[in-house]
Amino acid sequence: MLLGLDFPPVAHLVNWPTIWGSGAFAINKVVLLFLLAAVVTIAVLMAGTKKALVPSGAQNLAEMAVDFIHNNIIMQTMGPEGMPYAPFLLTLFTFILTLNVLGLVPLIQMPANARIALPAFMAIVVWLVYNIMGIAKQGPIGYFKHILFPPGVPKALYILVTPINFVSDLFVRPFALAVRLFANMLAGHLILVSFVVLSTALFNATKIGAIAPFALLIALTGFEILVALLQAYIFTILAGVFIGLAIATPDHH
Amino acid sequence: MLLHLTLLHLTHFIGTQDAGELVKGLTAIGRGIAYGGAAIGPGIGIGIVVGNAITAMSRQPESAGQVQTTMFLGIAFTEALALFGFVLAFIVSG
Repeated sequence: MLLGLDFPPVAHLVNWPTIWGSGAFAINKVVLLFLLAAVVTIAVLMAGTKKALVPSGAQNLAEMAVDFIHNNIIMQTMGPEGMPYAPFLLTLFTFILTLNVLGLVPLIQMPANARIALPAFMAIVVWLVYNIMGIAKQGPIGYFKHILFPPGVPKALYILVTPINFVSDLFVRPFALAVRLFANMLAGHLILVSFVVLSTALFNATKIGAIAPFALLIALTGFEILVALLQAYIFTILAGVFIGLAIATPDHH
Repeated sequence: MLLHLTLLHLTHFIGTQDAGELVKGLTAIGRGIAYGGAAIGPGIGIGIVVGNAITAMSRQPESAGQVQTTMFLGIAFTEALALFGFVLAFIVSG
């Protein structure tokens, strides 16, 4: 091919050899990243529960994260009654953000969310939380009545609204939540890989020609940091929106 | 017209070339169409969302925070469609 440009198949970019164990419990790079992110998340939660009056270091960072969750996610989507969900949302946010940012750290450079297993699992957890909390808050009949027959809609439109709401609330929401995170991380990873491949090929062929793609690679890495933050934020705020819609009592409308 | 010409060309191709190559080429075209088609609508949609958010923010700068949150939500919902196309492009390739 031109310049010896050889793009590896996608399966090669996200599959990692097993380091230890076998079968479903095999440990590979992605699993190690999961564990690392879990440790970071637990560390943030521990640091956030410290009671020092003048915060320092890790506690400061954790309180910033908690503040962000309170002001920018819960107050914007659920209002004060959503405060009990702060630990859940903080866990989601920290975990996703850690995994996304680890995908850009040199030598690690594997966004673990570019494999659908984890986004799908987290989306199922969010789905369970908002459905169970909605049923607990409004009762099973009230909850499904609220979803399927939203108040304030003309009677004749229920023919259209009810099936759409049924599919959208119970199936499309978790699917879109998982796919959004997964596809964003995979797309970012693929873009970076293609510029690495291009830079390498141009460097081998012409030396000087690699400057442009390499500069773009650096710029795109910066852009991917933004995407990593934004996707963690969007996943968390959508979880907040779904929970908020589920626990809102019908007379709020 | 273009499709017709392509098909004529392809039927000619089948006789002379390996069928596996043809399937590979058609898969590549399918992937391109799947993602390209899925990107058009969300592209326009995100433009509308962000454009209106900017209008709202410049009219009422004091509500910028809330508009921004809603804007990100709107982008997330719109963008999901493009991402379905992105995933579909990989599914098509088998």
